[in-house]
Amino acid sequence: MVADSLLRVPQPALSRVTLQIRAKDTIADGVVSLTLAHPDGARLPDWTPGSHIDLVLPEGTTRQYSLCGDRWDPYTYRIAVLREPAGRGGSAYVHDRLAPGDLVGVGGPRNHFPLVPADRYLFIAGGIGITPLLPMIHQAELIGADWQLLYGGRSRASMALREELSAAHGDRVHISPQDECGLLDLASWLDTPDPDTKVYCCGPAPLLAAVEQACAAWPSYSLRTERFSAGALPEPVHQRAFEVELRRTGRTVTVMPDTSVLHAVRQVGADVLSSCEQGTCGTCLTPVLEGTPDHRDSILADHERAANDCMLPCVSRSRGDRLVLDL
Amino acid sequence: MTHAPAPAVSLPTSDADPFAAEHLSQPEPLHQQLRQAGPVVHLARYNVYALARYREVHTALVDWQTFQSAAGVGLANFRHEKPWRPPSLLLEADPPHHDAPRRVLREILAPPALRKLRATWQTVAEELVDTVLADRGSQFDAFTDLARAFPLRVFPDAVGLGPEGRDNLLPYGNMAFNAFGPANDLVKADADRAAELSAWVNAQCAREALSEDGFGSRIWAAADRGDLTHAQAPLVVRSLLTAGVDTTVHGLAATLYAFATHPDQWQRLRERPESARVAFDEAVRWQSPVQTFFRTATTDVTIADALIPEGTKILMFLGAANRDPARWLDADRFDLTRDPSGHVGFGMGIHQCVGQHVARLEAEALLTALARRVERIELTGEPRRHLNNTLRSWAALPVTVRPAR
Repeated sequence: MVADSLLRVPQPALSRVTLQIRAKDTIADGVVSLTLAHPDGARLPDWTPGSHIDLVLPEGTTRQYSLCGDRWDPYTYRIAVLREPAGRGGSAYVHDRLAPGDLVGVGGPRNHFPLVPADRYLFIAGGIGITPLLPMIHQAELIGADWQLLYGGRSRASMALREELSAAHGDRVHISPQDECGLLDLASWLDTPDPDTKVYCCGPAPLLAAVEQACAAWPSYSLRTERFSAGALPEPVHQRAFEVELRRTGRTVTVMPDTSVLHAVRQVGADVLSSCEQGTCGTCLTPVLEGTPDHRDSILADHERAANDCMLPCVSRSRGDRLVLDL
Repeated sequence: MTHAPAPAVSLPTSDADPFAAEHLSQPEPLHQQLRQAGPVVHLARYNVYALARYREVHTALVDWQTFQSAAGVGLANFRHEKPWRPPSLLLEADPPHHDAPRRVLREILAPPALRKLRATWQTVAEELVDTVLADRGSQFDAFTDLARAFPLRVFPDAVGLGPEGRDNLLPYGNMAFNAFGPANDLVKADADRAAELSAWVNAQCAREALSEDGFGSRIWAAADRGDLTHAQAPLVVRSLLTAGVDTTVHGLAATLYAFATHPDQWQRLRERPESARVAFDEAVRWQSPVQTFFRTATTDVTIADALIPEGTKILMFLGAANRDPARWLDADRFDLTRDPSGHVGFGMGIHQCVGQHVARLEAEALLTALARRVERIELTGEPRRHLNNTLRSWAALPVTVRPAR
């Protein structure tokens, strides 16, 4: 492939996966919201309610946060981060160190918690679990679905966007701070299964377990939950340059931090067809022979990522010093 | 692109009818005129705005917030006109309604999900090429014998259609793609079969009509899981049947036409059969089987100082964008050394062809099978176009081949 046979209009960013903090605001006790944008003001990849992004912090740790902004604004993402004193340090870094103007790595958006069609929705949020439900509520309003929100938290002051939700939606919103009302009264909400209602729940593990139990008599697939795995820590993500070997052509290229793998392998003559160059269309899917990709795409399923036998080089990178691709 | 009030500028205007036979059969001269006239051109005959430059077409395709599809992606404006059939849940929908059908179909047609089909399709392609060479000898019609025959062998099976009535698929697709244009003679010619073809296609979308483990039954399984409603499932199957056959047939025909007229490129493919995927996309760029789609402005929008009022239709010339000299060097040349990445022949953004990986897999199977068996492929007569309001279509592609020794 002859690189200079291209006159790219519009010019693509070499690396699609670095965004800039545009604003940082405290929105509740222990909760900050971050507004992210492309440093060049470019459109960001599209997303749907329930999506999260991977935030790659400067020391290489990765944390997942739900998008809670407005998808009709294609230029910014919004996330909200709870300080978790017992956490592994990601939220503390966001709270204490990240500032407007800083650059952060971003993967996705990906959606494991999609809003499926229904006549009625019951949204159940525990604390910061309100974030993925916010765009869902907006969407339920848009399509004219009947919905209710049951929103629990430790105290009123800890519950982000509580006042805005109540002001906008009145008696569809049921605020239930634990220090005033005790645990959420799930039994009275979930007592009677309704085949036309989908239940969406996001929050701490005990809440999810309680909702699952309360929905046991509901029809299959009525309940959808979001749990961010707090399981094994992934290997930290590589922030430095790494090498990519093209096994079939016998070439090796160094991928600098500001360059995509796709761009780098094309520079040494690999024919890789691509299209969206945002990790959303799947056209550039490439077999991986050795090494562990740092998956940043929006479309591979979890088991496909875990297999580490293919990657989307337009956005995905390397966790180690070296990748070998079947090119 | 901004939403600020536009300064009064005089917009270039064209009286051309892009759906007239002269332009459908040979679109490049009109495309060149429109690109040169300006970033936005008013088409007086239909009172719509045309985009023919790559930059503007790409921008409009990805900006679903400003350029909507739910008012129809043809000339008819669904805000005022009744669609000829219930609108597509994918092509003729906007977020949020677009989300669930798109997600379901995207997962069913994603590259990892298609791996199981690769070996089967490769075998079918090899058998087809062997049969054509054995039965027809060195002269045959590459359109009917290969480009049309191959997708009809593999795609309806992959969807899970029954054996009867498959010859309705191409006429139905032809009718659907004509319907995006004005009510001209092409549309009138379809009218007598419209009810019959629609009834057949709708009947194939029912759960009972679809075999297990095809794309169709996987759509119904998604509805059983609540990812779609059961009312949506047959319409999503219909999208496969409408958009998955004619497009691929004419995309493959475009590829075979390209090679039959560029013997050096055929040699290159034979030397490097792994470039079959890139070759297909280069042919899609060069011929643009889907020539045009409309969008509708959701707000007063300014493109390059031209104000497009809210609610008006915008005609995007994918074929013109794919040959825009500001984007492509030597744009009119079919060239396997070019990187066709970023062409808009499959669209771009949230409505980008959800079946593009299926099309590429079909092309890869057929091209590699043919490249192994055929040393040269050349035209023996004038290829014939079939006119369609949206698709750059074919009727005949007579070729002679020299089998490989």
